[in-house]
Amino acid sequence: MMETPCHVSRDEALIFERSRPGRTAYSLPPLDVPTVPLETWIEARFLRTDPVAGMPEVSEVDVIRHFTRLSRWNYAVDVGMYPLGSCTMKYNPKMNERVARLEGFALHHPLTPEELSQGSLEVLKMLEELLCEITGMAAGCLQPAAGAHGELTGLLLIRACLEARGDPRRKVLIPDSAHGTNPASAAICGYSVQTIPSNERGLIDLDALRRAADRDLAALMLTNPNTLGLFEEEIEEITRIVHEAGGLVYMDGANMNALVGIARPGEMGVDVLHLNIHKTFSTPHGGGGPGAGPVLVTAELEPFLPVPRIVRRADGRLALEEDRPRSIGRVRAFYGNFGVLVRGLSYILTMGPEGLREVAETAVLNANYIAYHLKGTYEIAYPGPIMHEVVFSDKRQRAYGVRNVDIAKRLIDYGFHPPTMSFPLIVPGALMVEPTETECREELDLFIAAMKAIDRECRENPELVRTAPHRTRLGRLDEVAAARHPVLRWRPQASPSRAEASPEGAPSERPLSPEP
Amino acid sequence: MATYPEDCLYTREHEWIRVEDDVGVIGITDYAQEALGDIVYVELPSVGDHFSQGEPFGNVESVKAVSELYMPVSGEIVEVNEDLAESPQLVNEDPYGDGWMVKIALSDPTELETLMSASEYEEYVREEKEK
Repeated sequence: MMETPCHVSRDEALIFERSRPGRTAYSLPPLDVPTVPLETWIEARFLRTDPVAGMPEVSEVDVIRHFTRLSRWNYAVDVGMYPLGSCTMKYNPKMNERVARLEGFALHHPLTPEELSQGSLEVLKMLEELLCEITGMAAGCLQPAAGAHGELTGLLLIRACLEARGDPRRKVLIPDSAHGTNPASAAICGYSVQTIPSNERGLIDLDALRRAADRDLAALMLTNPNTLGLFEEEIEEITRIVHEAGGLVYMDGANMNALVGIARPGEMGVDVLHLNIHKTFSTPHGGGGPGAGPVLVTAELEPFLPVPRIVRRADGRLALEEDRPRSIGRVRAFYGNFGVLVRGLSYILTMGPEGLREVAETAVLNANYIAYHLKGTYEIAYPGPIMHEVVFSDKRQRAYGVRNVDIAKRLIDYGFHPPTMSFPLIVPGALMVEPTETECREELDLFIAAMKAIDRECRENPELVRTAPHRTRLGRLDEVAAARHPVLRWRPQASPSRAEASPEGAPSERPLSPEP
Repeated sequence: MATYPEDCLYTREHEWIRVEDDVGVIGITDYAQEALGDIVYVELPSVGDHFSQGEPFGNVESVKAVSELYMPVSGEIVEVNEDLAESPQLVNEDPYGDGWMVKIALSDPTELETLMSASEYEEYVREEKEK
């Protein structure tokens, strides 16, 4: 049987596989100087003798079509709703991009002397002060490059503070609903981790916290609202218990989109928190990053903040201060992801205080709108008053042999990015939906209609859901094989002799091939 | 349907232990492997390591999540299942047999009394599923 030929635009190969010997995207004039052998300039031992394997030889049109086609396979916040819970995939206003591309920012070299960097330093100082105002904290450091980096920095600050008190401790408490990065950061920082169970409402079990709050307690790490989208109503009692035991409170600010402009962690008794500029403050992430995870602290922890600190001199000029003997030291080259921080400041200034408050209000309203319209269709494990996200489960659909992963894949066919799956861990079959404030009612209604349609399919034609997605170029990929036998590097389908000769030519390193 | 062998004792964290002559074989239950989904990596301790009851001794990674393994009883590791390094799917395929994880020399056999029997664990799983 003859197979129907498939145009490359429906079956995109890797750019390496497009390569044809001698094909180029340039045409140079003839050489008008004498040719000099490479060995004259570079010692022979530094020169490779094998052919440069795998570098693609392609024309300009090959490159443009390849990447344009790939971009059309992509899903992004500029395409549609991206309800990836806990990630706050809000629309990224183009004003931020415009500001970050201003020459004075975009071309500013990080080694430029201070006197010529006053504008950029002013941006950083202003952002630090605004973040302090938004969170109710005393001081901050903008350098960490992501949320987990912020966590590590924050815990190092806690350790430095406890050691300065002469009372170093060993234990960090983390609720069972926490992001996996929390215990990882604590462990890297040298702490032992103890899990605090959630109560039947999905909030921190206060009795368990009291029992665990002993003389070895260094810190409690909590996310508020937590990963179930629930606000820790007893937050003041929680921070009081930890402080009375001699520990400090770390807040993971991943869910700050529910609080921004309305409630301030500093007033809840939080000692250290990180923010995700790439979540709450609308800078690109999920492939479009990098991120930024500033850390904000109370006055007691300020002396330990990483160097350099941005300080204002007596003459009003800003400087990067390195000489801070109690500092934990550097956490990042230069001063963090500057371009991202410029975008964050642009967002805060364009929104203004009222705009930021409306962000949180609308984010909470949108999540509740979805929860209200879908609670009759999908189970909500912890139905307390939710904030900016709602965690459904596949409990009802499981009766038809359909799991959360199938529902998520089927959503792709309806034009949506899937929600976060199987997290938080305390909800079996979790589907975590965070619409954010940037979705209008029509988009939310489309999402609700899609989820209801999928539930109908689960009952009437479960196989359709189990084998989704059907409208994508590739079907369901084999995640298990990818995890068990990861192929981390593309290799040309070279002659076997060379693969055998190379020590890296392990048999598991097969060239990638898309699923049929 | 999940199975619950009669010759094992069970923890609330879904580990099982089968004791023969003061040496306990430990793994995770059929219910646990089913809930985790396809397991892609198992991290185990070294022979000679000591653990007390309830202490984490390793973790299992599935396509969904990484979960800690908790010691059902105190003791010293005398053997680990080396096959799981290359074939973590044994935990899915045969959780009570070839998918075993560690063997431990029990330091306090009376701790076994704190564990659940097969019928008690089956009831516990039923309650977990109701949640």
